[in-house]
Amino acid sequence: MAALTGMRDTLADFRRRRWSGLAIAAAVFAIAWFLPYLYGPLDNTLDTAIYAVAYIIFALGLNIVVGFAGLLDLGYVAFYAIGAYSIGWFGSDWFTEAINGGKSGIHVGVSGQAAHLLGIHLNFILIVIAAMILTSIAGAIIGLPTLRLRGDYIAIVTLAFGEIAGTVALNGDAIHIGKFTLTAGQTAISPVDQPNLFTQFDNALNLRPYYWLGLVMIAIVLVINFSLRDSRLGRAWIAIREDEVAAASMGVPLVRTKLLAYAMGAALGGSAGAFLGTYTQAINSTQFQFSFSIFVLAMIILGGLGSIWGTVVGAIALSVINQQLIPTTFHTAPHDLFGLNFTASEISFGIFGFLLVLMMIARPQGLVPERRRKLELTEGLASDESLYEVSA
Amino acid sequence: MEAASITGKPLAATTPVAAVRAFLGRYGLIILLAAGPVYFAIHDLLQPSHSLVKLGNVLVAGISNGAIWALVAVGYTLVYGIIELINFAHGDLFMIGSFVGYGMFGTLGLTLTTGTLGLVGGLVVTLIVCMLVCASINVMIERVGYRPLRNAPKLAPLITAVGFSFILQNVGELWLGGSQHGVTDLIRGSTHVINLGGVTIDRQDILAVGLTVPLVLVMTTFISQSRLGKAMRATAQDPEAARLMGINVDTTISLTFLIGGLLAGAGGLIYALYQTNIWFFQGFRAGLIAFTAAVMGGIGNVRGAVLGGFIIGIIQQLSDNRIHEVLGKNFGSEWTNVVVFAYLILIMVFRPQGLIGEETREAG
Repeated sequence: MAALTGMRDTLADFRRRRWSGLAIAAAVFAIAWFLPYLYGPLDNTLDTAIYAVAYIIFALGLNIVVGFAGLLDLGYVAFYAIGAYSIGWFGSDWFTEAINGGKSGIHVGVSGQAAHLLGIHLNFILIVIAAMILTSIAGAIIGLPTLRLRGDYIAIVTLAFGEIAGTVALNGDAIHIGKFTLTAGQTAISPVDQPNLFTQFDNALNLRPYYWLGLVMIAIVLVINFSLRDSRLGRAWIAIREDEVAAASMGVPLVRTKLLAYAMGAALGGSAGAFLGTYTQAINSTQFQFSFSIFVLAMIILGGLGSIWGTVVGAIALSVINQQLIPTTFHTAPHDLFGLNFTASEISFGIFGFLLVLMMIARPQGLVPERRRKLELTEGLASDESLYEVSA
Repeated sequence: MEAASITGKPLAATTPVAAVRAFLGRYGLIILLAAGPVYFAIHDLLQPSHSLVKLGNVLVAGISNGAIWALVAVGYTLVYGIIELINFAHGDLFMIGSFVGYGMFGTLGLTLTTGTLGLVGGLVVTLIVCMLVCASINVMIERVGYRPLRNAPKLAPLITAVGFSFILQNVGELWLGGSQHGVTDLIRGSTHVINLGGVTIDRQDILAVGLTVPLVLVMTTFISQSRLGKAMRATAQDPEAARLMGINVDTTISLTFLIGGLLAGAGGLIYALYQTNIWFFQGFRAGLIAFTAAVMGGIGNVRGAVLGGFIIGIIQQLSDNRIHEVLGKNFGSEWTNVVVFAYLILIMVFRPQGLIGEETREAG
């Protein structure tokens, strides 16, 4: 018993030091870096891991808007769409006719096969930057009408924007700006360029480069997230989340602070959208549905709203459930266990719904809760946010 | 929000810009709503035929569709009024109503050859079953998913609502499959009943409006006259004071969900008979449209929700049938969602309190 207490003290002491978090992060990152060598270059697990990586970035972006600033955004799919279309527009032969009458293409920083194709072909890094610029503008535009609104109205307006984005993607073949056609309508923009960074990526031969690229992106995004959270801006977000009126009267500029939250959350979503777009090799307009927004939201709720590590954990957990457990591992479980005549994939919606309900009732603070929020939930400090105090 | 309005008020109407802003704030939404019909009316009158028949038929269809949205919107507005929760699962409850109706037609053996008396009797039974099933599901959802979260932050019940919405959608998908499902046109809906100089009113229109209006009237009378209705209004105004006055708040909230569910069930059945086409995803879109209607009328306000339902129905039908005249032949009814949601966003910008005004605690 004494030994156990001693160990716990040592552990607590270790955790208290500033560098310990960094050391743990570095160790986890190093393990993650060499993980692909355990699997073949085209292994299914690697595929799941790449989706998980993309979803971590999405979730970290949404966590800025919902977790830090407390603005419930149900239209996050719009940024996935814009990010994915960035690679469709700037990294494929989609604009063949519109550029130089189909005689030659525009190429910036690309080599290899892509340098000889028609249409617009930019370097992947440039495409990610373009995606981030486009999505942050879109994020600010979506944010504008919600500035004066209270919590749940924000959810509805962002949801409406998300649905508009999905509908525009689905029917964008009707929209022509000059010779530029917006989207491919019901079909997909495919194929799109694969990145050429140090090596030519090819998802038919080797998935590892995608995984490593994603890891680098996560590392950058994590640094951004941590420094934002502890910055003046991050504290302003949390102040708004806790009490908007008090924050405003203490001199927090509401408009700018909120718009920055929308724009930054959106930019991260855009970068993940571009990454997922190039990995899946098809910008398919039917995938930009409301359920995506909820899927990402479920990740940050599962992990713990506002908690950065919680978000990472939640994103990994739900990606594994969505990519591995439901379609493969437990695919036939409803039949095998209960004799039901449907597969797990057919009830994936229901499973996620059930998880959301269960999580909210059993552990609303999430798996790895943020310290401040944990306090609120256990001590009821958020009384002004709660519905009302009558309880039987 | 409050801080902005404190500094904003004394400045109003002192400068031309502020005067314009005040004018837009007051009448902007009404102008916005009238723009569509007025544009088409002028456009049609300038045509060689000088006829408003086409517009009239669209308006009739809009009002019938609006009746369905009104029934769903009332459920949103009641629940929001009393516990300030956007009940995301409500649209999917409406879908379950349609599915139960479809199932009951099979169980009762209603077909096109059923006699009039049998058909009317069967439809009444179906209506009652639809309403009761939806009401029980709604009450159950409240009991399991929302009641334990009364003191949690607002986000928590909203997320369980989304969860229940997914579960209900999945139930629908397992029940009738992932594709659209045809429903027998039992009432022969497109039979003309009344002809007003070319504008025809069909059986389905009479069914939709003829069921909605009495249901809403009974419900509003119940809320305004009965003891339980009074308890509902008291709880919506101030739950704590209501509890101190001896009102059982939990029962009252259950009752609210019960009424919302009853109306959603009726709406679902009417939708199935009217559209003769149902699928598991219909509730998602219906829910958003109905919520838009509730916000348009002023959330928490029952009359507002009904009015909003009719207005949204008309906007939707105008967009479905005539959007291509404005935007070009590439644009068809698939863009209606964009139109409706654009209206939702504009309402939020111009007049978040809606046409008639909110009746919630936060509004005061």
